Amino acid sequence: MNADLHQLAAQSTPTAAMIKTLGLVSAICGLIIVGAYQLTFDAVADNKRIATERAVFKVLPAAKSIAEFVALPAGGMEKIGTGETPAGAVKFFAAYDGDGKLAGIAAEGGAKGYADTVRIMFGYQPECQCVVGIGVVSMRETPGIGDKILTDKDFLANFTELDAKLNAELKALANEVKTVKHGSKTNPWQIDAISGATITSRAVGKAINDSAQVLLPKIVPALEQLKAKS
Amino acid sequence: MSASIEIRSAPHVASPRTVEKIMRHVVWSLLPICAFFVAQYGISALASIAVITGACLLTERVFVRTGTQAGSLNDYSAVITGLLLALTLPPGFPLWMGAVAGFVAIALGKALFGGIGFNVFNPALVGRAFVQAAFPTAIATYTPSFVAGRFSEFIPSSLAWPFMLPPDTATWLQSKHLDALAGATPLAKWKFDGVMAGAGELLTSLSGNMAVGPSPLLILLCGIYLAARRYMDWRIPAAILGSAGLTAWILFGLDPVRYPNPFFMLFSGGLILGAVYMATDMATSPVTPKGMWVYGALIGLLTVVIRYYSGLPEGVMYAILIANAASPLIERITQPTPFGKSAMAGMGRRRKGATYPLNPGYISREDASAVTPKKRFLPNKPHKAADKPVKKP
Amino acid sequence: MNVTTTRGWDEFMEGIWKQNPTFVMILGMCPTLAVTVSAVNALSMGISTALVLIASCGLVSMMRNVTPKEVRIAVYIVIIATFVTAVDYAIQAISLALYDALGAFIQLIVVNCIILGRAEAHAAKNPPIPAMVNAAGMGAGFTIGLLSLGVVREILGAGTLFGVSLFGASFQPWVIMVLPPGGFFVLGSWLLFFAWLERRKQRKLAETAENV
Repeated sequence: MNADLHQLAAQSTPTAAMIKTLGLVSAICGLIIVGAYQLTFDAVADNKRIATERAVFKVLPAAKSIAEFVALPAGGMEKIGTGETPAGAVKFFAAYDGDGKLAGIAAEGGAKGYADTVRIMFGYQPECQCVVGIGVVSMRETPGIGDKILTDKDFLANFTELDAKLNAELKALANEVKTVKHGSKTNPWQIDAISGATITSRAVGKAINDSAQVLLPKIVPALEQLKAKS
Repeated sequence: MSASIEIRSAPHVASPRTVEKIMRHVVWSLLPICAFFVAQYGISALASIAVITGACLLTERVFVRTGTQAGSLNDYSAVITGLLLALTLPPGFPLWMGAVAGFVAIALGKALFGGIGFNVFNPALVGRAFVQAAFPTAIATYTPSFVAGRFSEFIPSSLAWPFMLPPDTATWLQSKHLDALAGATPLAKWKFDGVMAGAGELLTSLSGNMAVGPSPLLILLCGIYLAARRYMDWRIPAAILGSAGLTAWILFGLDPVRYPNPFFMLFSGGLILGAVYMATDMATSPVTPKGMWVYGALIGLLTVVIRYYSGLPEGVMYAILIANAASPLIERITQPTPFGKSAMAGMGRRRKGATYPLNPGYISREDASAVTPKKRFLPNKPHKAADKPVKKP
Repeated sequence: MNVTTTRGWDEFMEGIWKQNPTFVMILGMCPTLAVTVSAVNALSMGISTALVLIASCGLVSMMRNVTPKEVRIAVYIVIIATFVTAVDYAIQAISLALYDALGAFIQLIVVNCIILGRAEAHAAKNPPIPAMVNAAGMGAGFTIGLLSLGVVREILGAGTLFGVSLFGASFQPWVIMVLPPGGFFVLGSWLLFFAWLERRKQRKLAETAENV
């Protein structure tokens, strides 16, 4: 037994050799990763910016440039990049048209759909106090049924001027944005569901409502701050 | 019957009841249901039944010919699969999709497992589950029954070109002066719009343009005939309807506003058809009497739970498929105690090995002149050699 | 010279046909079933895996003489993870949409057993050039496997091939094909097809043997 152990010890590699090899491998791999990161950094950043811009421009067609803000939990907002993002802050985008005037605000929202959370981006216009467009950020709804929210013309027509006025105290929406059964939309704050895709349609309504309830009371009182493009 | 000499081992029980005979009776009992289905929906339903059954028979023929599956064409089992599949699909289901469903039902649901008697899941439901997942829009598009001119023209979606989208039935319904809601099944109407259908309409659909499936009343009558002739075990449908009704009744008692009444639960959708014809498929349901009750109760409970709490309006199909998968387990835990061994005496030394008790109500596989594949039951013990100490070199 | 090229070719073809990772060894099923909803996804996943496979097998083979056997798995994993990270950045730089479509499965190339298996079974025992040729064959075989699933699933599930519509606007998509069960059905059908081919080949061989 003892002899076996000695034999094993004699066969095994000295620790120094193992450390040397691991060190060598780590050095080579570190170099490769840093190289890859440096090479692709600009392209990745560009891609991400283009993707965000495209999503915002889709919901706010008048927009030409965007700035990223956070709404602070205590009220008010600040531009991203100035220090740490505080906890509980909600991100949104201010979009400006060609003349540098505020074209609208885009924000994300999410709600549980049929298969998974449906994440959407919606555009809000301060002049009419309404939602003027939606786009899907991510979803896993059944193709052919749930993903009709991207293509169904009647459904998308809900979001040309969806009412999202605040109440008198500016603390919450005057009327909750709500998805109603297909063919029974009567008020401008209601969304006419797609027949056959009611659950996904409801998720869109809930996502807009939840996000707007949190965000708009903070943004609307401080709109002046956004209007100047900095 | 064939006149060839058969040589086989004991028991030499001469039973007049063969698989072929049972299947033939089931087909006969299905014919009135199919006839009423055709009366409800016209030539589209007739074409649908013919095409789907044809697809099933053709697929069966291919697999029997190539020798990859047991059984023969004239045991009628593929006819039953085809008829049941057609009855569970909307009457205006595009015919090419029906053919796909028939092919999948036999190929995937039956032939891959080895043919008649070896399938784990009900073949008709396997076919339906496939097209439900593949064509969710088409399978939810029902048309109302007793539409004027149903014997002279097809429902437009029936005649869609293969691989092409079926035309929208809503415009066709408008030309018949029916609103688009008439195309929803009672269950879908209840689930998505909160509209309840009346009892009489559910049972026969004679009174109006309802988008119901085959008539539950007729299915029950045919089921009673089958059970009375002992071609089907009455326990399974009784257990399913009992447990579904009980669950629905308890929920209805808790909150009558939110949940529909038990009568609506039992007679809407495909529950009766599923309970009488699908769940009782001999190959996929337990053979022990106690097991049948457990199996049926499981289906009834699952159906109600899926209907109430999932995104789908109908849950019978998945309930039966899940219970099919569970039936070997149910069989195992509901083995009857052999005569002479009381529960006390059996304590501590449970019987092992036997899985199929001799049940006179059922014919054995040998009578079907089916080829039984060799089964190897591996002993569930660790290998002896592993216990031995490893020899030192 | 001629002999070595033939051997290299055989080595390459080994991974494509005789030891095809998808259809013969049934390895790497996770990405095979998950990302093959379209031909483009399948192709890019296959190429990414192949690149990681070739590069890591090359490096493993170069280091085979200085790698003590006690730490070899750690070394392999570090090397594989490095190249996966590099490929991950590269895909982000090429297209974010593709990156989102492939999701976590790019990072999961690290634990793809084809790569670790090749490193352990082949690259660690052979000089760099044959190791890389063998890895390229395996990578190509895997890509072909993914592509054959992706093509079927995209044609039936969306009526398109590489995004080009094949049947016109009124095509009825088979939704099941782009859902997870579709992956299993298509993979099963391909396996059935290859088993049938193999069986036919053996029957023919048996017949010729009898005739002789």
